[in-house]
Amino acid sequence: MNENNDIMILDAIERYIRGEMNPDERLHFENLRKTNSEIDQLVVEHTLFLQQVNRFGEWEKFRNTLNEVHTDLSEQGKIHSDKLEGKAKVVYMWSRYKRVALIAASIAGITAISLSALVNSVAPHPKDPKLQELVAKFDILDNNQRVLNQKIENVDKNSQKNIIPSPVRYNGTGFLIDGKGLMITNAHVVKNSRNIYVQNNKGEQFRAIVLKLDIPRDVAIVKIDDDRFKPITVLPYSIRKASSDIAESIFTLGFPRDEIVYGEGYLSARTGFNGDTLSCQISVDANPGNSGGPIFNRSGEVIGILSAKEAQTEGAVFAVQSKYIFQAVDELKKNSIYKNVKISSKSTLNGLDHVQQVKRIEDFIFMVKGD
Amino acid sequence: MKEEPNERILLQGLAKNDKKAVETIYKENYTMVQSLIINNNGTADDAKDIFQETMIVLYEKARSGNFELNCLVKTYVYSVARRLWLKRLQHTSRYNGDIGNAEAIVPVEEDMEEHMKRDIEFDMMNKAISSLGEPCKGLIEAFYIQKKSMQDIALDFGYTNAENAKTQKYKCLVRLKKIFFAHYKNGKSDE
Repeated sequence: MNENNDIMILDAIERYIRGEMNPDERLHFENLRKTNSEIDQLVVEHTLFLQQVNRFGEWEKFRNTLNEVHTDLSEQGKIHSDKLEGKAKVVYMWSRYKRVALIAASIAGITAISLSALVNSVAPHPKDPKLQELVAKFDILDNNQRVLNQKIENVDKNSQKNIIPSPVRYNGTGFLIDGKGLMITNAHVVKNSRNIYVQNNKGEQFRAIVLKLDIPRDVAIVKIDDDRFKPITVLPYSIRKASSDIAESIFTLGFPRDEIVYGEGYLSARTGFNGDTLSCQISVDANPGNSGGPIFNRSGEVIGILSAKEAQTEGAVFAVQSKYIFQAVDELKKNSIYKNVKISSKSTLNGLDHVQQVKRIEDFIFMVKGD
Repeated sequence: MKEEPNERILLQGLAKNDKKAVETIYKENYTMVQSLIINNNGTADDAKDIFQETMIVLYEKARSGNFELNCLVKTYVYSVARRLWLKRLQHTSRYNGDIGNAEAIVPVEEDMEEHMKRDIEFDMMNKAISSLGEPCKGLIEAFYIQKKSMQDIALDFGYTNAENAKTQKYKCLVRLKKIFFAHYKNGKSDE
């Protein structure tokens, strides 16, 4: 591509992202984007770039405001930073003097200097229990989700019939969220099963029980209930509480077949099917059996649960946002047996490449089977 | 949630970079942070630095859609400032223990991590833009940051028309993206 061409494409992409195209042009461009993956990738990349530039700009403006405010308040005498007065001045002088004293002290071999008398304290504010916000239930979305789930189930059942002649009726994926065997999967994976088994990548199988089903959000909490399961001290990955950014790169692990399968993609929209705000859309290859699997960002945080695949569009997959894992667990904690449950909140995978990350994660991803 | 209604309004203002809101939060918290820093081996300049960085963390927090502050702004500011100052002290090996009133703080580790990540990204963008040189730096800033129109930019920079200015801007943009993504991808893989 020559430079002029590059500029024309960049111009089109930028106008597309900024919403400056007329409807015809937009339609044309969207078709181009669907058929040309290179263009699609450029759109994603440029969206990310514009996001970064915008944030940078806002951050710069905020810093300017801070400096203006600082100058204003100093001039009005509402804060005393340049010329310290009263106690602050004494403390300031003392702290300056103290540094000189410390040097002198270290030379002389004397070490003890106490500051305790001068410590200012700030009264703690007792925290009230967090208010829980009620989330409205969207019946229509709920139905959509059910239809989709049903479709997946059917596909899954059909594929199962040919391969495994066992009584296992349904397969999905699940992942641990604490070291004691608490696991997340999709509600649709386990809701119709009497007995549930989970199987890791080494082929070890454990019995599990369903603790909580949240059908509208399609989240289920399952617990491994088997003496052969040995608790894990710490999980390598964490669950992300905040929502994620569009164009963020992601990867998935799941059991579309008997072996763990890796998939790579990016977050393509913050909402799910028909604008469903409970979920988000990702671009990644997924198959039935991936349902309930974790979606990781590049720092090794779980940002969602893979949940359903739209029939018509290739590469469009929806995911339940990870914050609903926290909600489900909070609900579970109301039961006193589980009130001490702690979700893994620190990822130790930041900065590793995907190969290393997957190596450390794969032991904690399970195939979920029910009959 | 111990969040007073006027704090919520203040934080909404902060998220929009509203000067009045920034001023109110500034006024109500500056002295507290300054005493913390000065009581712990810092200068008035350190106090200003740390306080302003704390304000940026609060700003980012207020802007993130899922904003839930489970404590008073004052407690949050104190917690963040304390953490930032501890980090700086450890960095310059001036001190290695605990400071301030440990009971008056709330956990801010997650927000700090987020902030550090952003800080690195901003730094990358800052360096990438600075390394462009003029007129590219000015053009990019005028369009993407000051959000001026191409017509105004053409006039300011002495281009014959907006179309020429636009072509030049895209040439600069291609360079900027190249520099930025080279660092961005590197920075992400060997963090």
